[in-house]
Amino acid sequence: MQDLLLIIIGSALVNNVVLSQFLGLCPFLGVSKKVETAGGMGAAVIFVITIASFVASLIYKFILNPLGLSYLQTIVFILVIAALVQFVEMFLKKSMPALYESLGVYLPLITTNCAVLGVALNNVQDGYNILQSVINGFGTAAGFTIAIVILAGIRENMEFNDIPESFQGMPIVLVSAGLMAIAFFGFSGVI
Amino acid sequence: MNPNPIERLTNGIIKENPTFVLMLGMCPTLAVTTSATNGAGMGLTTTAVLMFSNMIISLLRKFIPDRVRIPGYIVVIASLVTVVQFVLQAYLPSLNDALGLYIPLIVVNCIILGRAESFASKNGPINSFFDGVGMGLGFTIALTILGGFRELIGAGTIFGAQIMPAAYEPVSIFILAPGAFFVLSCLVAIQNKVKNRKPKDSTASAPSCDHDCSTCGNGACGGKFFDMTVDDKKDNK
Repeated sequence: MQDLLLIIIGSALVNNVVLSQFLGLCPFLGVSKKVETAGGMGAAVIFVITIASFVASLIYKFILNPLGLSYLQTIVFILVIAALVQFVEMFLKKSMPALYESLGVYLPLITTNCAVLGVALNNVQDGYNILQSVINGFGTAAGFTIAIVILAGIRENMEFNDIPESFQGMPIVLVSAGLMAIAFFGFSGVI
Repeated sequence: MNPNPIERLTNGIIKENPTFVLMLGMCPTLAVTTSATNGAGMGLTTTAVLMFSNMIISLLRKFIPDRVRIPGYIVVIASLVTVVQFVLQAYLPSLNDALGLYIPLIVVNCIILGRAESFASKNGPINSFFDGVGMGLGFTIALTILGGFRELIGAGTIFGAQIMPAAYEPVSIFILAPGAFFVLSCLVAIQNKVKNRKPKDSTASAPSCDHDCSTCGNGACGGKFFDMTVDDKKDNK
């Protein structure tokens, strides 16, 4: 139990997926204009990454590893993730229209979010078992959500500030992200 | 327009530089540029994948049905990435260790899928190959500059050679994660400054992007990234 708690804190805060591993930067910078949309994106990412790390580790444990095909992991994982996102989208549309309405727009964007593939590969690399993989996936996605919501909050407040002309737009967002990364360094003493 | 190999090369390196102009492939850009060597290594690895994926996809463009083209491209790209990963493991184990997880993640680099969709699927194999070389070199140059800058400030060296005098105290935050954001932010700000000084038609800087995100193929960013850069350009005017 303690071991699982350490994994979740480690992946959500200490090794934050965006701020220290730079995975999923595109949605982090692209969908962080408003807190609401950022929250929606975060929820969709939590949903997909948790399922994807479960499925990917199942496939690795029961198909790729026993057959000695682990070198195919990159190809297999990316196809599985793409298919999974499609499948989740169809499933939600049919059975949980309310959830689909709120996550709908963000789901297709996630297919090639490199965080999803990154987590799946990381789980294999670190030799996590299936439960640990799911926990690690959930923690990573929670870290992504925390980071993107905070950045969206900062950007909303920044809107009316007087920013030097050359720094308007992307540069100032990058500076804010850098400052957040420094703040997240504070967590490195936790574990 | 009749593209030729030389024009393709310069286009990728200068006019449509994937990092500084198109702002694609941000994840590896920030993650592996802790030193000039790593930046150049990542750039060249991506170049190798990009030129062959462009060529193969261009050769297959008449055989892949339109509706399943994206999965088709991804399979081609993922196979090439796996090959490259094996080559690196065998011949350059130190680079392989330094880049680690980011080698398999080349699969989801927007640049590669973006070029496959926007160039290779419409042009002949030779031009596509040189488009891949040009784009890859543009990416390599950008990563090397970023890596060199961070290495110089953060460790006082470039490509491992001591540049700064011994009395220089390295600012190690620049080789840690936050430094990546700061350096990229400054480089983009400088670029904005240069662009603002000689105001040009905003569409001229990125001719390949007609802002029609449905056909853009920039799947990883879902077009959001382009939307934002377009907004930024409006803001800058």
